[in-house]
Parts: sequence; structure tokens; C-alpha cells
Amino acid sequence: MANEAASPVCYAPADELFACAAPRIYMAEQYRKDFPVLDQKIHDHPLVYLDNAASAQKPRMVMDAMTRFMENDYANIHRGVHELSVRATDKYEAVRGTVRRFINAAHDDEIIFVRGATDAINLVAASWGRTFLKAGDEIILTTLEHHANIVPWQMLRDSIGIKLVVVPITPEGDVRIEDVKAAFTSRTKLVSVAHVSNALGTVLPVAEIIKLAHEHNALALIDGCQAVSHMPVDVRGLDADFYVFSGHKLYGPTGSAILYDKREILKQMPPYQGGGDMIASVSFKETTYKEPPHRFEAGTPAITEIIGLGAAIEYVSTIGLNRIARHENELLAYATEKLRAINSLKIIGTTPNKAGIISFTMEGAHPHDIGTILDRQGVAVRAGHHCAQPLMEFLGIAATARASFGLYNTKADVDALVAALRKVQEIFA
Amino acid sequence: MTNAALDTDLRDLYQDLILDHGKHPRNFRIAKNANHEALGHNPLCGDRLMLYVTVDDDNVVQDVAFQGSGCAISMASASMMTDMLKGKTLAEVGALFDYMHGACTGETVTPAGLAEDDVDRIKALAGVRHYPMRVKCATLAWHTLQAALKNEKKVSTE
Ligand SMILES: Cc1ncc(COP(=O)(O)O)c(C=O)c1O
Repeated sequence: MANEAASPVCYAPADELFACAAPRIYMAEQYRKDFPVLDQKIHDHPLVYLDNAASAQKPRMVMDAMTRFMENDYANIHRGVHELSVRATDKYEAVRGTVRRFINAAHDDEIIFVRGATDAINLVAASWGRTFLKAGDEIILTTLEHHANIVPWQMLRDSIGIKLVVVPITPEGDVRIEDVKAAFTSRTKLVSVAHVSNALGTVLPVAEIIKLAHEHNALALIDGCQAVSHMPVDVRGLDADFYVFSGHKLYGPTGSAILYDKREILKQMPPYQGGGDMIASVSFKETTYKEPPHRFEAGTPAITEIIGLGAAIEYVSTIGLNRIARHENELLAYATEKLRAINSLKIIGTTPNKAGIISFTMEGAHPHDIGTILDRQGVAVRAGHHCAQPLMEFLGIAATARASFGLYNTKADVDALVAALRKVQEIFA
Repeated sequence: MTNAALDTDLRDLYQDLILDHGKHPRNFRIAKNANHEALGHNPLCGDRLMLYVTVDDDNVVQDVAFQGSGCAISMASASMMTDMLKGKTLAEVGALFDYMHGACTGETVTPAGLAEDDVDRIKALAGVRHYPMRVKCATLAWHTLQAALKNEKKVSTE
């Protein structure tokens, strides 16, 4: 078990860590310097990175934390008696505490390290789903879910005969609480929804949704992939039963992700994968498993990446999620106003309840053509279905172009986007 | 990059011919009586098109039509292809495909025996060779054509 009071992952003296020490005014330009990749030209234009919802860039201190760990402390965890293994294990386990504080969980052992949000949802579907669901039981999803929060449940449906109930969204892209309420039946066992839509940016009323779930004796899984980088998240305040997110969208490395899983539920869940590190003892006759969270972490995990995730959380926490949220909301409001002024452009998802993401289409120009023309001007956006094909079908479109903001984006980035979009208009006039 | 250089660069891809065919695709209809058809799909970007080809007993293409949705490049490529194919023998179609494929992937293929007009049109499409992410947009219709002629019902480019 990890020591809950363990010190945060920290490999540098505090004053050297951040170029962002001035806490009063938010200085995106200053934070930008923490991200080496941003300092380059693409097709002779300064890079304007607006694809943060797909994956965020990494600050120097995350890379440094990983490098220092490998230079000084790296070994496999939970198995060696030697000094390096002890150190690596301590640093790795300490990240549970970092994550617990970050999302305000009650216990370190409710934090499971996985490889991606996709991995986390598959874990819940395979372990909790196969144990507690029977044919005819129902799971509530919404139209705007990412494929990662659809396909694992469909696989479960096809193998054990559960039913998926899909809550529609409004034309503005909102999920209305009345519509969620109407989806419950006596067979509802789980509600699994995004906290923030990756395709539209909609913030869902997850606190109310979770409350409804509990009133109906169902559990709630929240896909927080697009939330944790844009706003403070309090899993205890929300009373979420499962909360998942990927490290790579939170300025951390790929291969690192978190499943938060309430202790009482976790205790009743059988292992997901079998192998080393998750067992108490093995004989060919019988194997006993470790207690959670280790029961769910079979094999050698992404040790260095988890260290990096810990560093990324330290980084955003030092800036402050409230401040990041305020900054990104300002950017979103500014971008919304500027994009609205482009007459051939249509914003997809017009609800005011949005965070960090703006999706749009343009008359006469397919999103892929938009993406290409923006790229030639150094502006990186995503064009496509955003792994949300049911949502695109619902909206009656094949794809959108999407700009998504990170803590380092500025109004100048929005201006560059707008100028680049004028070129699209010009070409497709 | 100066604005002029940017324009030149983008115009290499979005030539007037491409923009025109993208906006006003030719032969954009269902051809119920076609004797070959296939659905082309690019799962990466969602582009899809249904292609209808009518080949007569002498192996001459009598009619080509398509319907679908996608970016300017994929729609223009399909439209221009349908224009080019009519009246050609299957052997000529094969030669055109090889030239198109080579031109888009940057190989230098000599357009031996091809009509000048066809060569010009394929050169316009070949602007994608400088845009690696877009090559499949230009070749989707052509791969769908191959599938249709081989009586495969579906083709997916990935
Ligand atoms: C809302 C949402 N859920 C799930 C995922 C899947 O995350 P990953 O690909 O990191 O497993 C993503 C990322 O694309 C996402 O945006």
C-alpha cells in the first residue's frame, strides 16, 4: 500500500520547475515557454496548436521528470529488494497520492493506473460489467459519447445480452436532465457519460446525472477525458462511482491514464487481466489475488509514464485548474464571437455550457479541406468525426473541423485561426 | 511564407479544375442498370462513394456514374474519373489507373499512349502528392473503380 502522505513527484528545485511562478495574472505567453514543441514553424508559419482535445503537448518539466527518473531511479516495481526497485516503487506509488489530491478522491487505493481511458472503460466493462450485469439489464449512454464509451458496452451487450439506452441531445448539443431521467427503468444498472464532449465541447450536468443514477440504485461512470484539463474535478463532490481520464490530454505522456473507482465497488470487482504483479500467490491449482488497486495492474505497468503523469498533474495544479478554466473560457468566448462573424461558418454545438472546444463546418468546404488549408498556415486543428460517429449521424453531418484550447493558447492563436479561415473562404468562394 | 507563396502552394492542390468538379460533380447519379458497382469508403475521414460502371461485351465502358459525399479532392477525383472513363476499353482504363496511381504517389510514370486531356486532368489531381494526408482522398474513386471491375462490392482505404 502506498503511503498516502508521500511527497509529490518532484525532481527539481521548485524555483526551477515552472516558468509560470507569477500567480496573479494569467500569462499564457509565459506558460507557452514551458512547451518546447510550440516554438517552431510549420510550413513557414509559427505553429498554432489547436488540437489539444486529441492530445495536449508536454511541458519541459514532464519530460525532465521522466528523464530524471530514468537517469536516477528506474527499475521494475514491486519486485526487487534492491535500492532502485524500492525507489522506483515509492515514486510510482506516490503518484496515486498526487492523483487522489487532484481529483479529491478519498483513498490512494481507489486510483488505478491504466494505459488509456479506453483501457479504463474496458476494465470496468469486463470486470464490473461481467460480474454484476445480467441479460436484460440496462446501461444509459448519450448520443455524444466517444467510441471508447460505446464499443466496450456494445461488446458486453453482444456477449451477455444487456441493453443500451441512448439519451438524445438537443440541437444545441446539450444533454437535458429530463431526458436522462426519462431513460431510467427498473433495469438500469449504470449510467456512463462524458463529462465534456470531445466533439462539441458540451459540459454535461454530471452531478445531477450521478444523483439520478443513485436514486435509481444505479452506478455512474464519468468519462472525464476532456474535463480534467479544463476544470477542477472533485470525484467525491460529484459522488462518481467510476471516473476515467487519459494522461496524454492532460499534458502528460501517452500510456498513462487513471481509473478512479470507489473502494466499496472496487473490492467486489474480479481481476481484469491476469499476470504478474496482481497476484498474492500462484500455484497451478489456484491463484489468489492482491487487493485493489494492484489486483487491476497486471504485468509491468508504464512506470516512467505514470511518473510523467504525476509531474503533469503537479504542473497544472501549480498553475491552478480554476485559472486555466477561466483563461480557456475567455478564449472560447473570444473564438465564438470571432467565428460567428464569418458568414459561411456554422458553429456546431451552440450551448453556452461548453469547455475548451469549438466545432464548426463551413459552407462549400469540407472539414478535411479546411484542415489542410489551415495546416498550410501553421494552424493545427482536427477534422473528422472525432470518434463520435453516432453523434455525427445524429447531427446529419459527416464531419466537423474542431479547434480545442490548451492552457498555452492565446487570443493571438484565435486570431491566426480566423485569418487562416479567411483563406478557406477565399479558395472556396 | 508570404501570402503569394501560400496561394501558389494551396493552388497547386486546389486548382480551378478541382474546385469546379468538387462543387459541381459530373455524372452524379445512381445508375441502376450498371453491371459493376462498388462502395468506396475511407474510414479515416468518412468519405464514401457509390460507383456504377457499365461495361459492354466488347470491354468498352459505356457509362460511369457515382454518388457520395466527401472532401473537395475526393469528389473532384471521382467526378473527373467518370468523365475520363467513358468510351475507354478496359485495357485503357488499366493504363489510366496506373498513371493516376503513380502520379499521386510521386512516382514518375510516363503517360504512354494516354490522351493529352486525360494527362492534364490527372496532373491536376496529382497536386495531392505534396499532401501525404490527402493522397487517399484523390485515389478513393480509383480504388473503388478497381473493386467494381473485379466485382468486389466494397473497398475500404486504410
Ligand atoms: C471523451 C473521450 N473519451 C475517451 C477517449 C479515449 O481516450 P484514449 O484514446 O486516450 O484511450 C477520448 C480521446 O480521444 C475522449 O476524448
